[in-house]
Amino acid sequence: MSMTVDDVVSRSGDHGHHDHHDHDQEGMKILGFWIFLVSDCLLFATLFATFLVLRTHTAGGPTGKELFEIPGFTAETFALLTSSFTSGLAVMEMRRGNVKRLIGWLIVTALLGLVFVGLEIDEFVKMVSEGATMQRSAFLSAFFTLVGTHGCHVTLGLFWMTAIMFQLARYGINAVTQRKVFIACLYWHFLDVVWVFLFTVVYLMGVM
Amino acid sequence: MSSIKDFASHFFVTGDPLIYGADVSIVLVSLAIVFVLTYYKKWGWLWREWLTTVDHKKIGIMYMIAALLMLFRGGVDALLMRMQLAWPNVHFLKSEHYNEIFTTHGTIMILFMAMPLIFAMMNIAVPLQIGARDVAYPYLNAISFWLFFFGAMLLNLSFVIGGSPNSGWTAYPPLSGLEFNPGPGENFYLLSLSISGIGSLATGINFLVTILKMRAPGMKLMYMPLFTWSVLATCIIIIIAFPVLTVALALLFIDRLAGAHFFTMAAGGNPMMYINLFWIWGHPEVYIVVLPAFGIFSEVVATFSKKTAFGYKSMVASMMLISVISYFTWLHHFFTMGAGADVNTFFAISTMMIGIPTGVKIFNWMFTMYRGRIRLTLPMLWTISFIPCFAIGGATGVMLAVAPADYQYHNSYFLIAHFHQVLIGGVVFGMIAGMYYWWPKMFGFKLDERLGRWAFWFWQIGFYVCFMPQYALGFMGMTRRIYTYPDGLGWGPLNFVSTVGAFLMGVGFIFQVWQIVYSIKYGERDLTGDPWDGRTLEWSIPSPAPHYNFAVIPHVKGPDAWWTMKQEMKKEAAVKVDPAEIKPIHMPKNSGRPFIMSVFFFIAGFGLTFNWIWMGVFGLAGVAICLLLRSFEYDTDYYIPVDEVKRTEAALGRL
Repeated sequence: MSMTVDDVVSRSGDHGHHDHHDHDQEGMKILGFWIFLVSDCLLFATLFATFLVLRTHTAGGPTGKELFEIPGFTAETFALLTSSFTSGLAVMEMRRGNVKRLIGWLIVTALLGLVFVGLEIDEFVKMVSEGATMQRSAFLSAFFTLVGTHGCHVTLGLFWMTAIMFQLARYGINAVTQRKVFIACLYWHFLDVVWVFLFTVVYLMGVM
Repeated sequence: MSSIKDFASHFFVTGDPLIYGADVSIVLVSLAIVFVLTYYKKWGWLWREWLTTVDHKKIGIMYMIAALLMLFRGGVDALLMRMQLAWPNVHFLKSEHYNEIFTTHGTIMILFMAMPLIFAMMNIAVPLQIGARDVAYPYLNAISFWLFFFGAMLLNLSFVIGGSPNSGWTAYPPLSGLEFNPGPGENFYLLSLSISGIGSLATGINFLVTILKMRAPGMKLMYMPLFTWSVLATCIIIIIAFPVLTVALALLFIDRLAGAHFFTMAAGGNPMMYINLFWIWGHPEVYIVVLPAFGIFSEVVATFSKKTAFGYKSMVASMMLISVISYFTWLHHFFTMGAGADVNTFFAISTMMIGIPTGVKIFNWMFTMYRGRIRLTLPMLWTISFIPCFAIGGATGVMLAVAPADYQYHNSYFLIAHFHQVLIGGVVFGMIAGMYYWWPKMFGFKLDERLGRWAFWFWQIGFYVCFMPQYALGFMGMTRRIYTYPDGLGWGPLNFVSTVGAFLMGVGFIFQVWQIVYSIKYGERDLTGDPWDGRTLEWSIPSPAPHYNFAVIPHVKGPDAWWTMKQEMKKEAAVKVDPAEIKPIHMPKNSGRPFIMSVFFFIAGFGLTFNWIWMGVFGLAGVAICLLLRSFEYDTDYYIPVDEVKRTEAALGRL
């Protein structure tokens, strides 16, 4: 679903009262968001670095190998990766100008995101009930913080997407809502990419 | 009843006459402000013109006022410390109080004085220099300011409520961890920095996009004024460095709030992790604050030598190089912590390497002056005084960068003298030069020269009297953060001299306040918009600039755009606006939400400081509602009609 800033901007010409000046503004907001994602990448990189330093510091407590359950994190991965695909379908429907399908695919995306968050909460609850809390060891502090930060990002994305769905229902597809959908989906793909690293570094390397 | 008493004794800081004095003065000043605003019926004006503004120039002025107030607060801290150290065996401050004062002095000076002061100059000058009508995201710009402001207020509140942080401005664990530091002080530090840090990151993104996307037609990157270039380099560092600080602070806070073990000595935690993360942000931070000062010096030197900046391309290249190398030096802050010879060698060499582009810049400034027609105005005086000061600071920096030698003077007063030399000599001198330089553009009048020279000489003499003895004290074995020292070590006389110097700088500051107050009434009015015979676009419009900046966006054909325009036609003609070219101007609407949202951030921060989760949740919910309201707001801008622009420009004599 490759869509550039220019695509979004050039397609927003014939909606409402927005003149040439406003296109620049929508494009500029997308650029700003890309730069924000750079800084968010660094935030996650720092958390990853912390995790990698502390992953062996289990202080006699449970290790990743004992805690992580393959079916659980595999299901999470499927839910999130599929949701990234469906958010791409949403952007495609937006380009076709079909607002109902756009909202439909966003709902599917949000539901898959909800499944992901639900599975993650379930995983956390199980671990805590087994005594693997973030107070137990430095490894677990780093684990809950890294995975939890990603989970918080996903949760925030769900609220955000919901707010945009209401705006789409109200205003339809115009330059502003188009930019909003595009940025929210960009964010969603970004979370997906971060998850791929989480899946590899935390879970796969943890169970191996 | 006793529980209320118990609560109050924890909540309010008690037992020190200085703090009771602060309590009284805070209450009195607050009452005075409320009284004046009410008596002169200025509440509506304050809200409409300032608290809700999204105008980059007004936001810049607010940054500057707040930063100068913080310079006063941090300066008072400094004087208290110097009084404590003036003689051996002084017990003017309690040891605990002394710890709090050196912590807040460092925190405030770096994060709540230097940072906002560079943001002030960025806001005031960058959009004008590139021929833009505003920054890329004016609403976000207002949020950035108010987050900084309420972050700073949160930290300052700790002085009278709950207790100040006391483990140094770097807050190294385990000293700053829960076990050794159970009170709310460190929480104040962590939350106030986090809140203002969000604002700083947003400013970085905002100005990067502004510079990349909003330049006037024709202004290539290599035509940009050097100050704008320095801000570009700074923004890149901010965007890459601040997330690391956010994480370091968050992890420490999680340790303290939730009992996690990132940095504790138990359960596998590793305090060195924090120190690494802190300085991965902390060293680039040094360049975040000093690069804009370099930019200001470049502007000032060119303007007051009536020459194009010498070696423009090498100036740009050296700034970009500094922004990269600054990432490979962080470990020199803890050479003695046992990283091993290889690691220390790498960081020693990279630290020395950063002196090369800096040296290039120093030579360029001097070559700009060479055979220039120099005018010794106030901004130029501060710039010239910066050069030897920074050269000495750089030389002592290289001494510290020699890892084996650093084992000798690590954490000694030699280090204190070094970093004050570069931070005062670089950042503070630069920001003062910038303030004098752009003051007419901000307010429409010049600051008084005579009082400014008095301030200059008190600052300069005070600076050397204060910090030169500290180099010697470092070699004599005096360590930093020392509370008091016994007689007979021979430190007394030098410390006394140093204290005298600190007070001389304090006198310099008073002269500057006097200068500002005096100049408001008597300062020379700037009717031309171009009082210095400037070279860059901000001088092509009236002083103070109308809120839309440029009635007609200029077309740029080369570097020093305004200078070229003045060469091509007479100045009277160059300032004229062609009424046929005026079109309706698109502007953002004011909004009170950035202010309100930041108040909610403040409430959340205050609640979490005392571990009152309900208050934290309430504050964050308020923030979320503000964000949601903004998302549903579509009517965010308006157009200024042509007639209004014409009327404004005619009144300014530009038609």
